Amino acid sequence: MTGLTVLPLLLWLCAAYFVGIYLFVGGFLLVRLEVNRTSGCADVLQPGEEPLDFCQARPRFRRTVVLIIDALKIDFARFDPTNASPRPHENKLPVLQETLSARPAHSRLYAFRADPPTTTMQRIKGFTTGSLPTFVDVGNNFASSAILEDNLIHQLGRMGKRVVFMGDDTWENLFPRKFHRSLPFPSFNVKDLHTVDNGILQHLYTTMVGDDWDVLLAHFLGVDHCGHRFGPDHPAMAYKLTQMDGVIRSVMERLQDDTLLVVMGDHGMTDTGDHGGESQKETDAALFLYSPSPIFAGPPSQDEPDVVPQTDLVPTLALLLGIPIPFSSVGQVLLPLFPPHQQAGGAAGRLSQLEALWINTKQVNRFLETYSGLARDISPERLAELKADFARLAASYLGSVGEGRPPPPQLASSLQAYLTSVRDTCRATWARFNPLKMAGGLAVLALACLTCFVTSELSVVLTQEKRAGLKAPAAVALAAAAGVAAAQLLTRGYVEAAWCLAAGTVGSQLLFLWRAWRASRLSRWLSPRRLLVPSVAVPLLRCASLFSDSYVIYEGRVVTFLLLSLALYVPVHLNWNGHLLPPTPDPLKSAGLLPSPALSPAAVRKESGTLCGCLGLLVVCAYLSLCFHGCREEQGLCQPSPFLSPLSRLQDNQLKNLYYGVSVSSLAVCAYLLRLCLCHYGNLNASGGAVFAARWVLPLLCVCAGLHWAVSAAPEDGFRKLAELIRVAQLALPRAAFCLLGAGLSLVWADPLTVFVKARPAASARSSALPPPRYRASTGISPQAELHHLIPQIYQRMRRSLEDGEAGGGGGEEDHRPAVEAYGLGTVYSAPLLLFCGLLGVGLLLLHPEGMTLSFLLLLLEMVALLHIHASSATLSGAAGSDPGGFSVPWTPVVAWALAATQFFHATGHLPTFPSIQWGAAFVGFPDGHAGTILPASLVTLNTFASHILFAVCFREQDNVRRPRDYSSRILQKRTGKRTNTKLMFEACGFLVSSVFLLVGVTLVLRVDVAVGRWFKTLVPDASR
Amino acid sequence: MWDHEIRAMASTHAIIASSVFMATVLPAVFVPGFSVYGTHLLWIYSVSVAVAAVSVSVFWLLGISPPTKKHTLGYKMSRLFRSCLYFFLSCLFFHTVVVLYGAPLIESALETFSLAVLLTSLTTLRCLCVLGPNVQAWIRVFSRHGAMSVWDTCLQITVACTLIGAWVGAFPIPLDWDRPWQVWPVSCSLGAMIGYLTGLVVAPAWIHYHRKQLTYKCK
Repeated sequence: MTGLTVLPLLLWLCAAYFVGIYLFVGGFLLVRLEVNRTSGCADVLQPGEEPLDFCQARPRFRRTVVLIIDALKIDFARFDPTNASPRPHENKLPVLQETLSARPAHSRLYAFRADPPTTTMQRIKGFTTGSLPTFVDVGNNFASSAILEDNLIHQLGRMGKRVVFMGDDTWENLFPRKFHRSLPFPSFNVKDLHTVDNGILQHLYTTMVGDDWDVLLAHFLGVDHCGHRFGPDHPAMAYKLTQMDGVIRSVMERLQDDTLLVVMGDHGMTDTGDHGGESQKETDAALFLYSPSPIFAGPPSQDEPDVVPQTDLVPTLALLLGIPIPFSSVGQVLLPLFPPHQQAGGAAGRLSQLEALWINTKQVNRFLETYSGLARDISPERLAELKADFARLAASYLGSVGEGRPPPPQLASSLQAYLTSVRDTCRATWARFNPLKMAGGLAVLALACLTCFVTSELSVVLTQEKRAGLKAPAAVALAAAAGVAAAQLLTRGYVEAAWCLAAGTVGSQLLFLWRAWRASRLSRWLSPRRLLVPSVAVPLLRCASLFSDSYVIYEGRVVTFLLLSLALYVPVHLNWNGHLLPPTPDPLKSAGLLPSPALSPAAVRKESGTLCGCLGLLVVCAYLSLCFHGCREEQGLCQPSPFLSPLSRLQDNQLKNLYYGVSVSSLAVCAYLLRLCLCHYGNLNASGGAVFAARWVLPLLCVCAGLHWAVSAAPEDGFRKLAELIRVAQLALPRAAFCLLGAGLSLVWADPLTVFVKARPAASARSSALPPPRYRASTGISPQAELHHLIPQIYQRMRRSLEDGEAGGGGGEEDHRPAVEAYGLGTVYSAPLLLFCGLLGVGLLLLHPEGMTLSFLLLLLEMVALLHIHASSATLSGAAGSDPGGFSVPWTPVVAWALAATQFFHATGHLPTFPSIQWGAAFVGFPDGHAGTILPASLVTLNTFASHILFAVCFREQDNVRRPRDYSSRILQKRTGKRTNTKLMFEACGFLVSSVFLLVGVTLVLRVDVAVGRWFKTLVPDASR
Repeated sequence: MWDHEIRAMASTHAIIASSVFMATVLPAVFVPGFSVYGTHLLWIYSVSVAVAAVSVSVFWLLGISPPTKKHTLGYKMSRLFRSCLYFFLSCLFFHTVVVLYGAPLIESALETFSLAVLLTSLTTLRCLCVLGPNVQAWIRVFSRHGAMSVWDTCLQITVACTLIGAWVGAFPIPLDWDRPWQVWPVSCSLGAMIGYLTGLVVAPAWIHYHRKQLTYKCK
């Protein structure tokens, strides 16, 4: 059985991809371990020996007001009096300049340099924890983005300071339940310039005059939103900045002597008002410090820094407020805010510059020690160097303090140098790739892609050629792996698994390719001319597009564009080969230019009609699916699709009802189409498990889903009496749906046959699935040839029309024939797969917002359209019959299929970024949260890769051997930008998930295969009797 | 083998290309502030009109259009009317295709339609000139064995070049370079134009190079 040789091939290919990805990711992903320890008063960092309790001492400032103005670029804050005609964003904050010149000892303005990525959430993390960002912060919390590392807010809370927060609701997600009082406002709508700011202003002043706060955080969003919407050169920006000027003035008037005012931006903006990247315009924000009592020694001196890294605010604020510095901070204190050593003696609680630096140094050293104990990514030599430095500095400092003599003058600068070098080391470590591993991974992946392409294009040759199967490549793989392991043991003394795996994979791939080469003169296939064929060029373009940030941002549209190009290429290509139209009769035939046409003109016309119709359907589906896209943070003028938000968030009742109606009806249409299709092919007549699933489980599942939506969308206060019932229903309905889903899937699995046998098992059996397709698939006679046999044709036609009438399917045979011919197998195979896919689809739909039903409907239609296009083009080009068993699939539909999967990844509202993961999916059926992490994680994974899953499962419908492995070719990237990093993660995960489900799909088919075989065995004696 | 035709073709293409050049340069003299990027729509229309007028007149003078069966005025009028209708329908078709490829639906409908007009006058109009208002013949021409004369082969090449140029022209749009030619539909129409000009150059050259291999069935 061909299928049984296919499965190992498939497994082998998947394994090759996995190895490639593993190798690449191992060299690429930058992981910084989060150290989940917090600083406490006990382990503080006393300067000197005296056991003075640091936390008990009176801090320099009792209270502080932090005004965060999102995207307050340093250019906005500077004031140029000579500028006669300022642009809208210039000279709009005169209050800063006035204060700076009138009270130089009270205020300072610095450029505040952020570490990219310059997005708000990352920045908030940066200037509260003081640590550097990396690609993956491995946290152990789930379904929330709360910061677990030690941070300022946490320390403030521990010390009993009352933190009052107002503004951007991102903070509320990052620090849940950490604030004494919190007034979050929605930050989602970028077009809304005023809600957040006005909300803050309503409460800011009243809170300030009150006395129930120690730290007041206010995060204004107006400037940022204005930048996104209008750009900096717009009157609205002038208005917004002038408003901020007024706010700073009024806050300064209300400050008391023991209060520090910090005005800062979290990042800058480009000239178009966007941010996220690492250009200096985006990283340089403003930092303005002010206190009614003098804090600085005098006007700014020459040796003060101009630019302050964002992490430096953390230790500075911590020491000024008298709290321990957060554990993982790598910032260094801002020296100008502390008095020099000689003057510090008098006032208690005023740390001198040296003392502050010493505390800071000890804290950084402690973090370094802890971190290097947990992770080994900092190089040991560097670590030893830093340790020696610290020991030297500690001896020098402690010695001078102990003896009471003034410390050596250069001590402060060497402490600073130590802190800087630690930070640089950390930055270098957390931003370092392993290029060798990456290159190895890329090579493996590239080879795997090539193998895939070769197997797809040359499957006919290969299946005949390689009877020996994969034994030789497997043996080579083992040998190579063992050889590399031995070599590693000999030279280095230890074995690194990744390299052994890679060697094995490469070895087996090379052998496979070499054999393919020998078998079929591969060089002919890889000429540059063939690479220009769209079906190859499109995946290559897709690969290339991922090198560019801009294309990654617009990926959804790019994929749709490419899919449409590929789809339009199909009829053009057919026409070029003269297959689309019935050939003009006389001259061609007589001249013998074309082989005599296998299909009659009428059949050609019909096929062409189907092709064009399906093409139209595909195009329309693809176009409509653009309506369901979400928005990336980088896309300034983008409005996320209204279907993406769950119904319960809608306020307008009428709109809610409308949306609900649309969702439910499209769900019903989905189910009805499935059923109609099965019915039409006569698969619903039998009495097996699969049919039961189709008849009862699927509709029940749909009803459950609909009810669940209704319940979860019900307004909280509308039905007070039913509250208990609603709660129960919210719990029970999705769980019931999951149970049904499981039951349905296992039924289909256990008894996939949908063939109905009547008592007369001869040719007149009623199932349409039985005789004609088996006839074709088993004998391998091409349908075209079959059409030439007039009598069987008439006979079949009569019989089919009879059957169609009995099955009550309607529609006649027009659709029936191409489908059968295309898959080369009967609906014996397609029906359970279709059912499986339908069940899974409804189950996955349950995890999505309700509005996505429409998108799923489009997905279904597009799948059908793609299959039909493939079917008719195969028929038209006369290729369908050339390959017995239908195990050959050209590369074009494979690529189209993969593109469609990615397209619907986007069209179900997903984006390859972490903030866009729909965490809500984890709470479907578990409204009270989870105990473990595996279940919700799997739910979210299912949600995120729903489209990949569906497409993967159904992929078998269309082909047997080949998978859309240009996925991996997409991972063939050496990306550098932060945006692409996340993209890589998502691609890799998507690939893993889809390959797993692909295997599920294929095994399901093999299961069907086995069942069909057994059934035939029982049937044959019956018939012969 | 086809020397005469190739020479005619080369000179025709030279005339058309120079008309494109003139249509780009001349308005700059008469219209203040004219530039290809700044007043893009004006450029599109001036080029379209120039190409259309020159192609129609040149092909009419050369007499390449298929011989009409009847010579009555009414028949000629109906041919003319059908040609105009096909021209308009083709504009609509290109508009739809461009929108489906991702052009904004409502916002810049005028720009999109102008691009459709440009594409039509570069491709469909030539089909009309060479093959007459006969969709069947158009579809037939674009197949491997469909070309029945040197002019048909030339038509294949120019149309393919134009469409590929427009397709490639869409690539730079998402990039964040902030160049004036990245604005919709400047890059696409420029791409189409460049593709068309390339086609004009390539077609005679290719045919000349392959003139030994070319065989055509008589009509």
